[in-house]
Amino acid sequence: MNPTDTLSPQTARQKWMAVLARASADELAAGLAVLPALPEAEVLRAPETGLVMVRGRAGGDGDAFNLGEMTVTRCAIRLGSHIGHAYVTGRDHAKARLAALLDAALQDTALHDALMRAVIEPLAAAQQATRAAEARKAAATRVDFFTMATMR
Amino acid sequence: MYVAVKGGEKAISAAHAWLDETRRGDTALPELSVAQIEQQMALAVDRVMAEGSCHDRFLAALAIKQAKGDLIEAAFLLRAYRTTLPRFGASLPLETSRMRLRRRISATYKDLPGGQVLGPTFDYTHRLLDFALAAEGREAPATPEAPADMGDVPRVTEILAREGLMQREAMTGDEPGDLTREPLSFPAPRPVRLQNLARGDEGFLLALGYSTQRGYGNAHPFVGEIRVGHIGVEITPPELGFAIDIGDIGITECQMVNQFKGSRTEPAQFTRGYGLVFGHGERRAMAMALVDRGLRARELGEDTDAPAQQEEFVLYHSDNIEATGFVEHLKLPHYVDFQSELENLRTIRRAAEAEQQEAAE
Repeated sequence: MNPTDTLSPQTARQKWMAVLARASADELAAGLAVLPALPEAEVLRAPETGLVMVRGRAGGDGDAFNLGEMTVTRCAIRLGSHIGHAYVTGRDHAKARLAALLDAALQDTALHDALMRAVIEPLAAAQQATRAAEARKAAATRVDFFTMATMR
Repeated sequence: MYVAVKGGEKAISAAHAWLDETRRGDTALPELSVAQIEQQMALAVDRVMAEGSCHDRFLAALAIKQAKGDLIEAAFLLRAYRTTLPRFGASLPLETSRMRLRRRISATYKDLPGGQVLGPTFDYTHRLLDFALAAEGREAPATPEAPADMGDVPRVTEILAREGLMQREAMTGDEPGDLTREPLSFPAPRPVRLQNLARGDEGFLLALGYSTQRGYGNAHPFVGEIRVGHIGVEITPPELGFAIDIGDIGITECQMVNQFKGSRTEPAQFTRGYGLVFGHGERRAMAMALVDRGLRARELGEDTDAPAQQEEFVLYHSDNIEATGFVEHLKLPHYVDFQSELENLRTIRRAAEAEQQEAAE
């Protein structure tokens, strides 16, 4: 069973948008290439690079403060009756365009399942594998303390 | 007084051409790519992102290449570039207990949830030059792996706060001030101070933090926790109305635990100094946390006579881009100012000589 079947539409969309944001333009293009051509898309907002002010919290859990900015690229695309949005880290316009197009297409019930199988699920698995590999490297550097109980 | 002077164009253009040549160095050697700098000079990239106050690894690496490795010049280039971009908004505050950790250590608890994870650290290396690195083409040995629990790791300060021994941080919910929009004013609220320190010069923060340890500020800090890793940044675009994750950034967080002797309204307890920086920057995060705690002296009713406790002094001098601008502007022509100083000095001398002559006669 597709694990996203049981999620609310908004949560499911948040999940695929997070996966799209972490993929490269090449990965998104390769995922799309295996599918039949998508219907005609209309660019509502051409890819545009700007800044998002990243915030932290004083002491980790207190009042918000402005840590510094990061580059972000956004794009909006209409596909039929669906509008796809992308806000992704960095300055890659091609990636933002593909992410917005895929966000629109994934909202279309006729395209959703095929796109999940061909694009989102493999990318999500690859991203999870990368995270897991890093976690295993970190785990290998965890200190196992031993106490010299009989030392006098 | 500044007067427009013409006539340097040819010399400037020749100087810039030579700069380009020296940047490239010996053409018999391969040119560095921006990607190589980004990957292999990663900590320099992190520092430029922090002091340039703009997270973009490629741009920071490009700036380092352009600046011939001068990291303050590189941070300056990055700060200048960011002014060309529109602001889309602010992120939700990072929830650092959800970081994916590469490194997490505590100097206050040996055994704690999540454990002591060393990560890729210089600590415990012998600081002996490794001549093996001079031989290129050597492959790094495989990194060991161990089974991992990928759950969230709670912050150390929360353990103490639950016991009532750690002062809770203020939670007013106010919109934080932003130094990129409004200039500093005093007294500066803590969020503004933290923004200033987060992009402050690492050397300046380090020296001030060190001074608090050596007795200028009476600090007795413990590293409650340092964590290094990655975290997803979330924003809520108005056209969507819900939060979305736009990708990961690297960050380093430091929680310094400091004794506070209490006041009329508060019992003796621990207080926090806080450091949070882009990329992997432990020294920077620790120094920031020491100085943050120093600057909290006023609100905690402590003495404010040490340099690291004087917020005007600290906050006005922490920014290396402002500092370098003002120091280096002294190189620009001051011909007319100097002429007037010269004239002034000659007048004083003449008057003094005339007086001496009169006295002698």
